[in-house]
Amino acid sequence: MSTNELELGERASRGEWWLRYAAPQAFFPLASRLIPYFGTLAVVFALAGLYLGFFVAPTDFQQGDAYRIIFLHVPAAWMSMFLYVVMALWGALGFVLNTRLSGMMASAIAPTGALFTFVALWSGALWGKPTWGTWWVWDARLTSELILLFLYVGFIALKASIDDPRRADRAGAVLALVGVINVPIIYFSVQWWNTLHQGASVSLSKSPSMATTMLWGMLLMALAAWMYSIAVCLARVRLIIREREQEMAWMRELGG
Amino acid sequence: MNWGSVDAFLHMGGYGLFVWGSYGVGVLCVVIELLALKARARRLGGERA
Amino acid sequence: MLASIVGIIERDLRLAFRRKGDVAQVLVFFVIVASLFPLGTGAEPNQLRAMGPGVVWVAALLAALLSLNRLFAADYADGSLEQMLIAAQPLAATVTGKTIAHWLTTGLPLTLLAPLLGVQYDLPAPALGALVASLALGTPVLSLIGAVGAALTLGARGAAVLLALLVLPLYVPVLVFGAGAVGAALAGLPHGAHLSLLGAFLAFSTVFAPWATCAALRIALD
Repeated sequence: MSTNELELGERASRGEWWLRYAAPQAFFPLASRLIPYFGTLAVVFALAGLYLGFFVAPTDFQQGDAYRIIFLHVPAAWMSMFLYVVMALWGALGFVLNTRLSGMMASAIAPTGALFTFVALWSGALWGKPTWGTWWVWDARLTSELILLFLYVGFIALKASIDDPRRADRAGAVLALVGVINVPIIYFSVQWWNTLHQGASVSLSKSPSMATTMLWGMLLMALAAWMYSIAVCLARVRLIIREREQEMAWMRELGG
Repeated sequence: MNWGSVDAFLHMGGYGLFVWGSYGVGVLCVVIELLALKARARRLGGERA
Repeated sequence: MLASIVGIIERDLRLAFRRKGDVAQVLVFFVIVASLFPLGTGAEPNQLRAMGPGVVWVAALLAALLSLNRLFAADYADGSLEQMLIAAQPLAATVTGKTIAHWLTTGLPLTLLAPLLGVQYDLPAPALGALVASLALGTPVLSLIGAVGAALTLGARGAAVLLALLVLPLYVPVLVFGAGAVGAALAGLPHGAHLSLLGAFLAFSTVFAPWATCAALRIALD
């Protein structure tokens, strides 16, 4: 355990019980117990959301049934942005508290965030084609989403390029924090750029006026995506904890 | 209910390719993610409680 | 504090002076890239004029990117970077000085050379003025943000490409408003707002980027 984790352990025994989970070994069984609950919640919310989206929400007047893609596209886009912020927060936490687990959580979140970003982009393209006529629309949201994908890939690549896991975690934290500050700036710039260059053509941001059922469908799917993310990231962080334990054991053996 | 038949459901008012192409890729990503986790666990060598 | 910054600038400029080839390389790359586009898209004057602002800006951006690993690599390799870390003056001063020196040897020459390339794209005088102004404000931001990337990728495998991957998304706002300023000038529209925003980016990154660069350097050298 790092000295910080020992200190946190002492603070935990003095009442701040949640800090006891700052040590990966303590967090591991907790994660294992939580995964099935979040997985089940994900399935339940998804079924509810898809039911609302496909069987209750009416066909849209302008876009026909193609608009039903929003029940996937919008929650995926929300999740991609939310996960990036959470990833940056874990990184910041690791920086401040110097705990190993925080960096591992950030590493665990990145691939899931990147996948959601990809799904948002893919579904955005497939929504754009029948609605606006082209496979790719350089509108503010999609373009910002594309840049977000680059930010995720950069984060994963940076961590992969640094051999020492603790150093990789700290470097990743700096990058994620720089990224999270830049994301609103990037979004604002792209929005401005888009209004200038799009001219008359409509952007994907103008979704059909929301019937209540449509909104609820999106919210339920967003909740499903959130529960799914928690389950998957907990599963991944368990693997990362085990991988790092193995590495440390090998290093000790080699060191003799 | 919106759909008269399973056929109409799959057809999605003519947009079936786009709608199911999107959800299909979404499901595919979930499957890939879960399989990748399983493969990673296998490489570590067996389950731990 | 100011004296130490000036000292670092002098040192880095002296070192850069001994390797003039490096500076020249960046400028040559700038010219080559800007010349490639007409070869790729055809030399129709109206089309060239329309894409000129974007092309010159992207070329400047890529040229600045190429020069970034020079910022810390040499000092890292011979151990002087570690010395700077434990030296008396604050690391932030060292980093700021090195970034300014980097801009003086890349961004500034690019800004001064840009009008020539603008002429190749048949940009009229107001657009050329906007080009110089936007690059003058934007290239320091590129150096500041680039320094963070260079520090993060110090000693990493495949550093050059990784650096580009990390830094290019962060360059997007500067590109959008920099090229946008020139585009607006080209259309006869006012571009003061673009330049003001670039100035704001410069102020913001001057305050925050050195902090992130210091953090990244400490991580790389601990």
